[in-house]
This record gives sequence, C-alpha cells and structure tokens, in this order.
Amino acid sequence: MSDRRPLSFYLLALFFAVFVLFLYGPTITIAILSFQGPSGGLTFPMNGSSLHWFRNLFEQQAVGDIWGSFRRSLALGLIVMTVTVVVSLMGGMAFRRRFHGSSLVFYLIITSLIIPSILISLGVGILFNVLDLEVHWASSGLGSQLTWTLPFGLLIMFAVFNRFDSRFEEAARDLGASNWQVIRHVVLPLIAPSLIGVGLFGFTLSYDEFARTLLTAGSYNTLPLEIYGMTTSVTTPVLYALGTLTTVFSFLIIGLFLGIFLWLRRRTHRAA
Amino acid sequence: MISERLRLSGISWLQLSPILMILGFFLVLPILAIVTVSFWSSTEYSYFPDFQFENYQYLLTSSVTWSVYLKTFMFTAITWFCTLVIGFTVAYFLAFHVRSLYTQIGLFLLCTIPFWTSNIIRMISWIPFLGRNGIANSALMDMGMIDQPLEWLLFSDFAVILAFVHLFTLFMIVPIFNTMMRIDHSLVEAARDAGASGLQILTNIIIPLSKPGIMIGSIFVVTLVMGDFITVRFMSGGQSASVGRLISNEIGLLQYPAASASAVVLLATVLLMIAIMLRFVDIRKEL
Repeated sequence: MSDRRPLSFYLLALFFAVFVLFLYGPTITIAILSFQGPSGGLTFPMNGSSLHWFRNLFEQQAVGDIWGSFRRSLALGLIVMTVTVVVSLMGGMAFRRRFHGSSLVFYLIITSLIIPSILISLGVGILFNVLDLEVHWASSGLGSQLTWTLPFGLLIMFAVFNRFDSRFEEAARDLGASNWQVIRHVVLPLIAPSLIGVGLFGFTLSYDEFARTLLTAGSYNTLPLEIYGMTTSVTTPVLYALGTLTTVFSFLIIGLFLGIFLWLRRRTHRAA
Repeated sequence: MISERLRLSGISWLQLSPILMILGFFLVLPILAIVTVSFWSSTEYSYFPDFQFENYQYLLTSSVTWSVYLKTFMFTAITWFCTLVIGFTVAYFLAFHVRSLYTQIGLFLLCTIPFWTSNIIRMISWIPFLGRNGIANSALMDMGMIDQPLEWLLFSDFAVILAFVHLFTLFMIVPIFNTMMRIDHSLVEAARDAGASGLQILTNIIIPLSKPGIMIGSIFVVTLVMGDFITVRFMSGGQSASVGRLISNEIGLLQYPAASASAVVLLATVLLMIAIMLRFVDIRKEL
C-alpha cells in the first residue's frame, strides 16, 4: 500500500472536520456570547465584553436557586456514580457464569436502556403517588436515574469481562489465593480503568439527566431542571453564562476521569 | 455436580440482587403501574381505580393521535436517515482512513465528549445560530441570498430535526465504529488485490459487516426520538407535537389515566419497532 492518501481521504477528513464544527460550534458560540457586555442580547453582535453575566449568576435573586440545585445535582451525581459502579461490577461478575434465567435479566437491562424516559418519569410518579410516598430527588429521583445509568455500566462490564483473560485468575488460584484475594488483588486492579469509565457514565449521565427526573425530583430541582425552568423565563445572556459554566464543569469532570483512566492503565501495563 | 452448579447459579443471583431490586422497583413496577392506571377513570383533579377502556377508545379514535403519531414517525425517519449517513461516514473515516490507533482514539473521544455534557445546554446553544438575528440569517443576508430573515430556522420542525441530529448522531457513531474496528483489514486488502473498486469494497464488505453496529445505533436513535418530548418542545417553541409531548401535556393536566394509556401505546409501538430491527442482529454477540 502506498503512502499517498487517496482523494477520498481528504474528502472524508473534510466531512469529519465539518461534523466536529457542527458538534462544538454552538457550544463555542454561547461561550463567546456569555461574555456579552451588560447591554448585550442573546445573539451577535457583541455589545462590548464583560464578566457581567457571570457576576449575575453569583448574585442572589437574580436567577432561581441555581447554587442549591447545583449542590443537589453534584450530590446526586456522586451517589448515582457510586451505586452504578458497585452494582454494575457485581452484575458483570454474575454474568461471567452461565446461569438459569440470565437472558431474562439481560433483556430486563436492555429494556431499561431503551424504554422512553417519559415512561419512567410517569410510572415512578404514579407508583409513589399510589404508595403514598413523597417524591424526592434522593429517593425517586435517584432510582429513576439508575434505570438509565445501570444499563450503560453493565454493558461496559459485559464488554470488559468478555475480553478478560481468566488465566490470571487461574494462576493466582494455583498459587493458593482465596476467592476474595483473587478479586481483590487480580481482578479489581486489572479492570480498574474500566470501572473509572463506568463511574464517568454514572456521574455525567446523572448530572445532566432531565427527562427521567422531571416528575420524580419533587419540590427541589436538580440543575438541569432549574436550567430548563430558566429557558422559559430568562431572556438574557445569563443563561449562556450558566450554560458555559456547567459545560466547563462537565469538561473538567471528563478530563479528571480520563486522566485517572490513563494513569491506572499505564500502571496496570507496567505491572503486567 | 448438580449441587455445585446450583450453588454457582445462586451466587450469580445473589450478585444480581441489587440490580434486580432497583430495576424491579423503578422499572418493572412503574410499567405495571402505568398499565394498571391506563384502565382507571379520572375526574378533573383526581383519578381512581376502575376497569374501563375509555382511555384507549378515546386515544385510538382521536384524529389528533393519528396525526401526532404520523409527525413523530416523520421526525424519527428523517433523524434516523441523517444520523445514519453522518454516523456511518464519520465511523468509516475513523476506522479505515485514520492510520494510527492513538489518533483514532483521540478523534473518537472528540466525537463522544458532548455525550457527557448537558443536552439542554446543547439545545440552548442553537439560539444564537438560528435566531431571527442569528448567525445563519445574518450570513445569508450578507451573501445576498435572502432579503429578510428566515423565520423557520428556529422554533420549527427544521430546528427539531437539526437538534435531534446534533444530539443523537453519536449513538450511531459509537456502535458502528465498534463493529468496523473488528473488520479484518486483510479482507479489504484481498478485495483490492482481486480488483474491487473502493465503492465495491464499501458495498460488498464494509456495509454488510457493519450491519450489527448500524442496527444497534438505529435502535438507540429510533427509541430516543420516538419517546422524546423535551427537544420537540424546546426547539419547536411549543408549536410542534410529538407522542412524548402529548403524554407530557396530559401529565401536566394531571390526567394520569389518559397519559398512561398513551404511554402504553407508545411503549407497544417502540417495542414493535425494536422487535423488527432485532430480527437483523443478535445484541449479545456484539458486546
């Protein structure tokens, strides 16, 4: 094969570049517009530049309860992440063995993934209503979000264990390691990077979740619900400032997880 | 031997108990609750146990339902087509034209990162582009292609589909890229040695072998669009209807039995569509 790239490469590369621009362009635009001057509007041109709208976010009463909702979303994200990692890991290990009823459980997980979000919202809302329980972001909200994050976590674990070399475990067992020691000292270190990936899905999908939390968060909003509420009432670039801030926060989280992932992987490879 | 197998089976079920409890309470019971309530009756402010088919009768004989379903199918079909074409092209470029593995992974991540950010913010981001005085209109006017701003860019069906494609294309890219990365490159080489053109390689080797990925991506996109209510509401400025919006409106009016009947019909429709698509692929083999 010659080293010269065919024409199709350049056409496809151009297509890819346009796609990436399509993907990120709008986000970059609102990032720029969030630095609008105090008299600037929702579209270009820029009317001077300032940090006015970011300052606005930190003032009380200017907008709704965004910091309270941010704290709730952060807490909920961390809980969802922890539960998703632990429960997916256990589920992944269960599926390494052939057992009766495994396909039933598998299809239950797939159903959870593809069921329209509004059904979860409606169903959990009705269920709590009928059982006379109060909807709250940390109970019904948490459960509804788990129906979305757990399938992703489990699918990742399935993929990981399908490619897992069980000779490592056999070697450890031959050397006299107990079941628990095998998991603690062999399996967990090897799959640690993937668990970080599951954690990333758990946290970010929860932090951004909207449709499943809509009817199940109760009287205290999570951040996406608060932002959605703002779209109908707020018509200043403060909306963009908030959008930019939470997107930057998401990027930092993604960067953090990717960093830990790469670090763990390098460590595993060096050890192996 | 048999007792040993039973014991191992037991351990598996024990390990699955947390997920079964969570999905049991937050997925299975809610679906059962919806199905039950769909037969209940309601007044303006409350709903109560009953067994009647009025909710379904009203739903299925209303012309509104049929036109809303038609519209939702239209959104689904157009979005599916656009995400498939774009997603396939991007995945094909990444898998077959980018040569170093690190570049491949880097560019792939570039495509997936938006998945981990907020959908609502990504919808809001279209306002400065599509608005009456937005970038698209100013650019078109500067180029002299139009005299006055186009009104149908934002808050229209066009905007809804654009946002769907923007949000959901990566659900196509990821599974298609995943299956393409497993295609043995020597197959492509062999075809080329035998004199196949680029187009023939694409249609005879790559597309057939990518079919599982295409199907999984399609299932994602179809279910996401069929059940959506928020994108349609926001991007159409409340002017367009979809099945999801119908349900969310009924919820807003506290008409839970009617909303439940709509939800059951939606679920049945989506499951039927998936069942058809699953005939073409075995998901468990693809992990």
